Amino acid sequence: MRSRAPGIAVWLLVAAVVLLAYLFAPRFISDFHSRELAGAGVFFIAIVGLNLLTGYTGQISLGHGALMAVGGYTTAALAVHEHWRDVWTIPLAGVAAGIVGFLIGLPALRLSGLYLALATFAFAIAIPSLLKKFSGLTGGSQGLRLLEDAPLQVTGLSGTVTIFGHTMTQNHFLYYLTWGIGLVGFLIAWLLVRGRVGRTFRAVRDSEVAAASVGINLAWTKTLAFALSGVYAGVAGSLLAIQVEIVNPLSFTFLLSILILVGVVVGGLGSLGGMILGALFVQYLPDLSTHVSTAEGAPDFIFGAAIIIVMLLLPTGAGGFLRRLARPLTTRLYLRP
Amino acid sequence: MILAFDWTQLAQQIVIGLASGGVWATLAVALVLIYRSTGVINFAQGEMAMFSTFIAWSLVNHGFSYWAAFVLTVAISFAGGVAVERAVIRPVERAPVLTVVIVTLGLFFVVNGAARWIWSPETRSLPNAFSTRPITVAGVAFSISDLGTIAVSLAAVALLWAFFRFTKLGLASRAAAVNPDASRLVGVRVTWMLALGWGLAAAMGAVSGMLTAPALASFDQNLMQPVLLYAFAGAVLGGIDSPLGAVVGSLLLGVLINLIGTYVNWVGTDLRLPVALAVILGVLLVRPAGLFGRPMETRV
Amino acid sequence: MAKALLELEDVTARYGPVSALHGISLRVDEGEAVAVLGANGAGKTTTLRAISGTVKRSGGIAFAGRSIVRRSPESVARAGIAHVPEGRGTLTDLTVAENLRLGAYTRRDRAGVREDEQRVLGYFPRLAERRSQRAGTLSGGEQQMLALARALMLRPRLLLLDEPSLGLAPLVVAEIFRIVRELNERDGLAVLVVEQNAALALDASARAYVLEVGRVAVEGDSARLREDVAVRRSYLGY
Repeated sequence: MRSRAPGIAVWLLVAAVVLLAYLFAPRFISDFHSRELAGAGVFFIAIVGLNLLTGYTGQISLGHGALMAVGGYTTAALAVHEHWRDVWTIPLAGVAAGIVGFLIGLPALRLSGLYLALATFAFAIAIPSLLKKFSGLTGGSQGLRLLEDAPLQVTGLSGTVTIFGHTMTQNHFLYYLTWGIGLVGFLIAWLLVRGRVGRTFRAVRDSEVAAASVGINLAWTKTLAFALSGVYAGVAGSLLAIQVEIVNPLSFTFLLSILILVGVVVGGLGSLGGMILGALFVQYLPDLSTHVSTAEGAPDFIFGAAIIIVMLLLPTGAGGFLRRLARPLTTRLYLRP
Repeated sequence: MILAFDWTQLAQQIVIGLASGGVWATLAVALVLIYRSTGVINFAQGEMAMFSTFIAWSLVNHGFSYWAAFVLTVAISFAGGVAVERAVIRPVERAPVLTVVIVTLGLFFVVNGAARWIWSPETRSLPNAFSTRPITVAGVAFSISDLGTIAVSLAAVALLWAFFRFTKLGLASRAAAVNPDASRLVGVRVTWMLALGWGLAAAMGAVSGMLTAPALASFDQNLMQPVLLYAFAGAVLGGIDSPLGAVVGSLLLGVLINLIGTYVNWVGTDLRLPVALAVILGVLLVRPAGLFGRPMETRV
Repeated sequence: MAKALLELEDVTARYGPVSALHGISLRVDEGEAVAVLGANGAGKTTTLRAISGTVKRSGGIAFAGRSIVRRSPESVARAGIAHVPEGRGTLTDLTVAENLRLGAYTRRDRAGVREDEQRVLGYFPRLAERRSQRAGTLSGGEQQMLALARALMLRPRLLLLDEPSLGLAPLVVAEIFRIVRELNERDGLAVLVVEQNAALALDASARAYVLEVGRVAVEGDSARLREDVAVRRSYLGY
């Protein structure tokens, strides 16, 4: 059952290539594209997290946009109300979203498959209204504006950032920050997946009854997965807040949850390698669609059509195609009722 | 001081609630139909219904009477539903459930975008199907429109039920949903039964849309998004795999939400949607199978 | 000389990458009852599935002179082959009456269908008693009878029976085989029955094939095979 693991040498080579690409990419791309890539990075982090949940424990969540909101608003609230430096809020945002993820994971234990999807869907739809309601903390419909109201931004009005003696444009900084965290997060997820945690997750995904019968604590495993994916989503939301310098209820609509899930599935469930492709897909495709046609409704049409075509051509996502998997990636999700 | 309970108002609010619930019920039945036959939730069901409504609007705009447009739109929507199943769902029949979910999400954008592309996003209106005069029953005034909506919704659902219960094709369709392999062995073309299911669901969605639009002063392409949520809530309440449950759940939800909105002051119209969502979450946590659904058994 | 109704020539079948039949050839004539015997895993069920089209197969399969090897299961049923699968395949959510009606799905002669329903319920009075009950509430034996009755509603020219005795009490099994024999002898219905219980199957058939690991090991008249102690000991386990 073990996949053929290429030698350590190959992995080190891949890691080296990725690292080099990360460090030197901004030399070759425009400032604008650095910003775009930073946006893709946000998706990437959320996708890695959701993949841990859906790809490895088989729980479908249509509500991860809401967890991103938790992270984003944590960062914004700390920056604006408590005057924290924005980048220091990132870990706390992750933890906050992780806790919320854990809290969602608890009742989610009772639900499976499409019921869970519906519940998280309802949660995601409810979030904007809830955010508007607690306006004292969240700034209501206006939201919180880091650009104007957060005094200690690493980014901000100056347009340049100085780190360790290097001065770089804001967009380059955002790119390095986001993908730096992204690659570290990727590495952590990869290590988890290869280790006992990953095996436990996969056991739960493939057969809960079998997993329980070998002593795996189902409740603990599933809520852990939810919490972990929440941490990733929270960090992603935090970085989004830092990038866009404003958060409001419209930043975290149901659409965001859909985009993350689309990114996971297009990237290939259970395939860490496809995640980057998934992130790039959901970052660039909406933009590209507007380039094809700006007529009202046309970009959405093209975006939706692209999603459908990709799913028709690559039902197991890019990752599945890349690895030429013959075996089903997630048996439980494959079982029809 | 004795507070006289206003039974008249209660009766009126119940009828209003039933009218909303009736509209949600038709869409909820569509959702359940697809869920039972294909095993997925069609997140694009509302948008397909919206598209049908726009087709109806175009027909009315070209001189058709409301009811002529109604019948024609139902027929066109049926064909459309079959076409969608063949084009987009059939190829991923054997793919993972999650893939099909993403396809329906993609379909959401495709249909919504297409509707905004073909018909510009300005608001428009459909004439009311029924007269706007009130009618008095047992001394209480009701709107003919509400009563008519309830009647049409229930009639549509009843026709669908009769189809499944009494016709050969309906029987084959039910069999194909329950046990496709055994159905093939008696000659049922199972893949076409799926297409039939999608066609019928689209037709029901069209009914839902065409009952929703006239009740509003004007509508645009976002017409059916709230209705989809209420339909989900109704279907979950009644049991996502039970058509009867979908109808009862939606009607119940309609009455419930309307009564809460009327009698509980701080709820008002703004929080109707969150109440519905709370219902979804509450039911899923307490009894996921809903009122009439069958609890999901996990095969060991 | 009876005409061959069903002819299999060098048929192979596989489940994914695993090959289950390695070249089976057999024949069922009009009005003939033929048994397919063998141990577990010999390929008996797969043979029936190859005929009805519910498994990937290749080779020569001809029914009433026409090749059916590329046909879908629905199409094979429409041609007049009724397959009662292993596990019966009753539609448990539907009533007994609905199951029967479904059996006649492909037929257009309403009078004939009504007639057949009466006839079939005559064979299985217990089903007649339970007409409006959900099929899932029937006992194992009754469900087997229902599966058989449903197959008969097709008015098939050939009946494929997969392990009818599985999980049933001996009395019930005897009853089922009695009815099958009657259908064959009185109505001339061709039957291909797969059975682990060789004695029963040999009693009810004219000819038999014994399969071993996806191939035909022995074939011949049932009467002769019944007497052949060597065959019985090696292949049939008694």
